[in-house]
Amino acid sequence: MELYAPILVLGLLAAGFAIFSVGIAPFTGPKRWNRAKLDAYECGIEPTRQPVGGGRFPLKYMITAMLFIVFDIEIIFLYPWAVAFDQLGVFGLVEMVLFILTVLVAYTYVWRRKGLDWD
Amino acid sequence: MSTLLAAPPGTIPAPTIEYTQLAPMMLVFGAAIVGVLVEAFAPRHLRSAVHVPLTLLSLAGAFALTILLAVDGTRNVAAMGAVAVDGPSLFIHGTILVLAFVSVLLFNERLQFVSQAASVPGSTEEEDSLEEGAVQTEVYPLALFAIGGMLLFSAANDLLAMFVGLEVMSLPLYLLCGLARRRRLLSQEAAVKYFLLGAFSSAFFLYGMALIYGFAGSVDLAKINDALGSASGRDTLLYVGAALLGVGLLFKIGAAPFQAWKPDVYQGAPTPITALMASGTLVAAFGAVLRVFWVALGNLDWDWRPVMWGVAILTMVVGAILAITQTDIKRMLAYSSIAHAGFLLTGVIATGGPAQNEEALSGILFYLVAYGFTTVGAFAVVTMVRDAGGEAGHLSRWAGLGKRSPLLAGVFAFFLLAFAGIPLTSGFFGKYAVFAAAVSGGATPLVIVGVVSSAIAAFFYVRVIVLMFFSDPAPDGPTVDVSSMGTAAVVAVAAAATVVLGVLPQPVLDLADAAAHSLFVR
Repeated sequence: MELYAPILVLGLLAAGFAIFSVGIAPFTGPKRWNRAKLDAYECGIEPTRQPVGGGRFPLKYMITAMLFIVFDIEIIFLYPWAVAFDQLGVFGLVEMVLFILTVLVAYTYVWRRKGLDWD
Repeated sequence: MSTLLAAPPGTIPAPTIEYTQLAPMMLVFGAAIVGVLVEAFAPRHLRSAVHVPLTLLSLAGAFALTILLAVDGTRNVAAMGAVAVDGPSLFIHGTILVLAFVSVLLFNERLQFVSQAASVPGSTEEEDSLEEGAVQTEVYPLALFAIGGMLLFSAANDLLAMFVGLEVMSLPLYLLCGLARRRRLLSQEAAVKYFLLGAFSSAFFLYGMALIYGFAGSVDLAKINDALGSASGRDTLLYVGAALLGVGLLFKIGAAPFQAWKPDVYQGAPTPITALMASGTLVAAFGAVLRVFWVALGNLDWDWRPVMWGVAILTMVVGAILAITQTDIKRMLAYSSIAHAGFLLTGVIATGGPAQNEEALSGILFYLVAYGFTTVGAFAVVTMVRDAGGEAGHLSRWAGLGKRSPLLAGVFAFFLLAFAGIPLTSGFFGKYAVFAAAVSGGATPLVIVGVVSSAIAAFFYVRVIVLMFFSDPAPDGPTVDVSSMGTAAVVAVAAAATVVLGVLPQPVLDLADAAAHSLFVR
């Protein structure tokens, strides 16, 4: 059990710091409100209203984010392989090629479906 | 793990992958990837002409490969202990592939699936896409990914592979649930509910897995079982971990108190997807439940059995009683599916010596086949009864269907009787096999609850039959759409299977016995 004590202490420290920071901010921080501050935060761009009566709204960020995840996963596998590719031998190479091919399939799907065009 | 440690530094031994033993799974996944390429490169009007044969042929091919493996006598743990190729998993794979094949036959992207998933329900974009006849053909590769996930989920021999299978199965299903052509808001609501609750249950499973790893030092099911005897002093990790794993798995089979998603999702999802979930997902999830509770936690059965008793009783009673108050045919079938999950759980509880385990396992396997066929058939009938707003879901619309279309109503009545477990239907032998195993496993009170809730369930099945045959049809009642050859074939096949398994169950019972004979490989 004492093995876990440092984790517990760290957790308590983190929680204490978070509560302290959030709790002290209203008393110490300056309050200069303007319109931009009161807006909902939306990735740094001006928030757009939904069209009247529903309709479509752009999901460009979502596609970018999904592509990012695809390549993120690719890097997670590529990086350890790059470190030890000589030890992994031909098997590692073949598996890596197969893996990149499947990622490529996802990529071509996005490309053909115009996911890479901004407008 | 030990081979990795024993290797001299500087070289990493290449893992061995038994490609032939994993061929059914790889065929399904390969076809799914080809399906994505078809979506990317084939012209719009050709896509569904390519997808339908590709999907059906790959499922048939995977079934043939599974049969070859079963005949070959391969019983092994493949892919460095990640995937079990044994009697039960081959039987479950065959069952999933056949049920998925008949479910895919129900797919009709012009009738059941949304024309353009991205358009807001009721908007002008939706009208435009309907006018230009757009169709969302992605449903085929998505279904193939889900089916591949089911295969992996049910055969995984370590918790990590099981989790990957669970996610590969669930993620496409979340999406497919939201693609109904009619009543789109209901469908999207179902998808969101399923996704949120499913994500929660996956998190439970993952957390349980982490704690079990902390207990046993391995995610391999056999090694976890070994650790039950040797590891001591870390019981908290084991019990909490096992409970969390159980929550994740029981959610997927829709056992009470984790059943809340099932009626909403079954009602909102496009009916072919409901058929796929009610048959394939249930079979796969029971495969995983059996593997975790019998292989990994087999020596802990004195501890999990009392909890499982409670869950099984609650599931049977909740499913049977809440079904009575339902007014929507798909919701009613969903509650019926919950009750059936409870009946199947009585088989999971009936562990004991090897002979007892074989009897219980064989009963569960037979039940899964029998129930799977009947439920796909019942949902196929639901797709055929249509009025102006799409499928006529409300039970009152089914009044007098027996006078309008005696054959279809008769077949549906037969499916309902099979759900109720009337002799000469497949449901009778399924229930008999599982309950007999439960009695010899010492779970007689559970069987009494099962029989009583079967009787309650029979009430609402018979009520629908009475409604169909003994009340007058409304003048503007729904019409029966027999235009689709595929759907008609599914109804015929499911009815035939329900009759054959009810009159001549012996060949399939023998097959289930043979599959259960060697139990699970470790």
